[in-house]
Amino acid sequence: MSLDLFFQYLFAGITYGAIYAVVAIGFNIIYNATGIINFAQGEFVMLGGMISISLLQFLPLPLAIAAAVALTMGIGALIEILFIRWLESPSVLRMIIITIGISILLRESALHVWGESIRSLPYFYGNEITTLNFGSVHLSPQVLWVIIACAVMVGGLQIFFKGTPIGREMRACAANRTAALLCGISARNMVTLSFMLSAGIGALAGCVMSPITYTQYDSGTSLAIKGFTVAILGGLGNSMAAVAAGILLGILEAFSVSVVPLAFQDAISITILLIILFVKPHGLFGSSEAARLKDF
Amino acid sequence: MNKGVQQWVWGCAAGVVLLAASLANAQAGTVKVGAIFAVTGPASFLGGPEARSAEMVVEKINKAGGINGDTIELIVKDSAGSSEKAVSFAKQLIEEDKVVAIIGPSTSGESMAVKKIAEEGRTLLISCAAAEVIVDPVASYVFKTPQKDSFAAQKIFTEMQRLKLNTIAIAAGNDGFGKAGKEQLEKMAPTFGIKVAASETYDSKATDLSALVAKLKADPAIQAVINWSVVPAQAIIAKNMRQAGWQVPLFQSHGFGNIKYAEAAGAAAEGIIFPCGRLLIVDSLAANDPQKALLVQYKAEYEARYKEDASAFGGYGFDAINMVVAAIKKGGNDRAKVRDAVEGLTKFPGVGGIFSFTPQDHNGLDIDSFAMLTVKDGKFIPYKGQ
Repeated sequence: MSLDLFFQYLFAGITYGAIYAVVAIGFNIIYNATGIINFAQGEFVMLGGMISISLLQFLPLPLAIAAAVALTMGIGALIEILFIRWLESPSVLRMIIITIGISILLRESALHVWGESIRSLPYFYGNEITTLNFGSVHLSPQVLWVIIACAVMVGGLQIFFKGTPIGREMRACAANRTAALLCGISARNMVTLSFMLSAGIGALAGCVMSPITYTQYDSGTSLAIKGFTVAILGGLGNSMAAVAAGILLGILEAFSVSVVPLAFQDAISITILLIILFVKPHGLFGSSEAARLKDF
Repeated sequence: MNKGVQQWVWGCAAGVVLLAASLANAQAGTVKVGAIFAVTGPASFLGGPEARSAEMVVEKINKAGGINGDTIELIVKDSAGSSEKAVSFAKQLIEEDKVVAIIGPSTSGESMAVKKIAEEGRTLLISCAAAEVIVDPVASYVFKTPQKDSFAAQKIFTEMQRLKLNTIAIAAGNDGFGKAGKEQLEKMAPTFGIKVAASETYDSKATDLSALVAKLKADPAIQAVINWSVVPAQAIIAKNMRQAGWQVPLFQSHGFGNIKYAEAAGAAAEGIIFPCGRLLIVDSLAANDPQKALLVQYKAEYEARYKEDASAFGGYGFDAINMVVAAIKKGGNDRAKVRDAVEGLTKFPGVGGIFSFTPQDHNGLDIDSFAMLTVKDGKFIPYKGQ
């Protein structure tokens, strides 16, 4: 393999990886606050892309994205209030089934609103054929946007969870719901907030990746599977680990092309998911001590 | 909700449904036509426009008084692209609804699953799917409207020969359309003196193909790429090739005949060459073209009614329902006569081309049903060579 080809695969892998990572971060936020996996996370990504594309007719790009993120956050909150909030101590399985139901609901609604055709936001910088050249290695500027967005999200979340009172309250709820309640924290509001936050992050991810991957009413599902794989691979609940795991998986997938057809990409990631679940169920970067204290 | 009230509501709902059903049965002079389309699901880009086109035609005919005084009742079943569903719908349509003919299914896999059922039920089936195996070997009740894959491949290779491109790469999606096309291309390439240096398959849900492009680009012998799929990857591969700074000609299949993909690929779509029916270049057709009047009419009606661009896919459904209508005019509400009438159609102008069926040919189109198109300034135009 020539050096050029090596770097070209590497950058392709980082592109995939950054996309998977931003989806995985959304999974982690809700997991942290509620201990469940929100399988509708992929649909938040799709909604963010779709809404911003629709708003682009009336608003300039940055405003359309901001409005799409805000609207998707609203949808996230609404979903939590309608479907999750009134449940009395639901079991993990029940919550999973509910979120799968929500994802189907969102997908079918999107089909009715936007139809089945593919859409995309314009490239933030340049157009479809603009490339940045590093020697003989080519990279689309949009990839940099995805990476920047990913970095900003991770940084922002770190500050939010460690540095702000609300962030600390959310972590308290995740750590021990009863104790948090006794301290006067409204656990229910925290769960709503976590849905809003992950919806917003999903929507932002959907906007920055839309020029690369396109947005279609059902594009959320496959992204959710990859995001879930990455979240598990990194260790559920850890956003930094999700980024590392995402990029690792992306690079593995990209390099696998040189050996097996690209169609096996999904088989590779599912194999990795299974191996991790068997061998190291708390993830590459997770601690087994902490995992033992959680019911899922 | 109170149990009693709940039961009452359900009772009323059931009553309404039964009443509606009995009303439908009471209608006199209706001819039932079944339709199985993938209106939702991964093949909805095919089934959606097909179902809408068929509904549009039926509505128009019924408004104008129906066929010989009989109204047509189009029963559309959404298979969501699943062969199992298509099979059970086909049985239901044939045995319970007693339809005179079925149009669809949208995909090749479904059509192959339904082929035998139509044959056994002695009911006309006009498939809207591309694969050649649907009508080869010929089954007496099964027809299809889209052009054959092999004609598309032949068109592409002829053009490659002219451009003296003799070492190529093939990329295809891992769905039915991609696989069938890839086999067809690999089989035909040697007869045109073209060497296939690499043949790659990607997941039909792929969101980025830059790794695949990097692999192909690393082989300097490759002079052109043929991509064969019906999924968004058609736009993605174009983008990734140009982003990688790779300027070899990109050929696509007739699956690219949807302006949305060209729009999605933007500047990267410029110069893509692909075979397709003439609907997409209707404005640049000569006035005496035998298809022109029909194409103009279909495009205008469809776009006015549904506020979306007409695609070649919708045309498959439009042609199928029109054939059934023409056959009912001749054969009435009789399955065998309707089948015979369709087989007897000659020089029948459709969106896909001019159909002339024979007992041996249930596709009825020739290679001229394809024109070579290219993309210029974001629009489809006739390809005139480079």
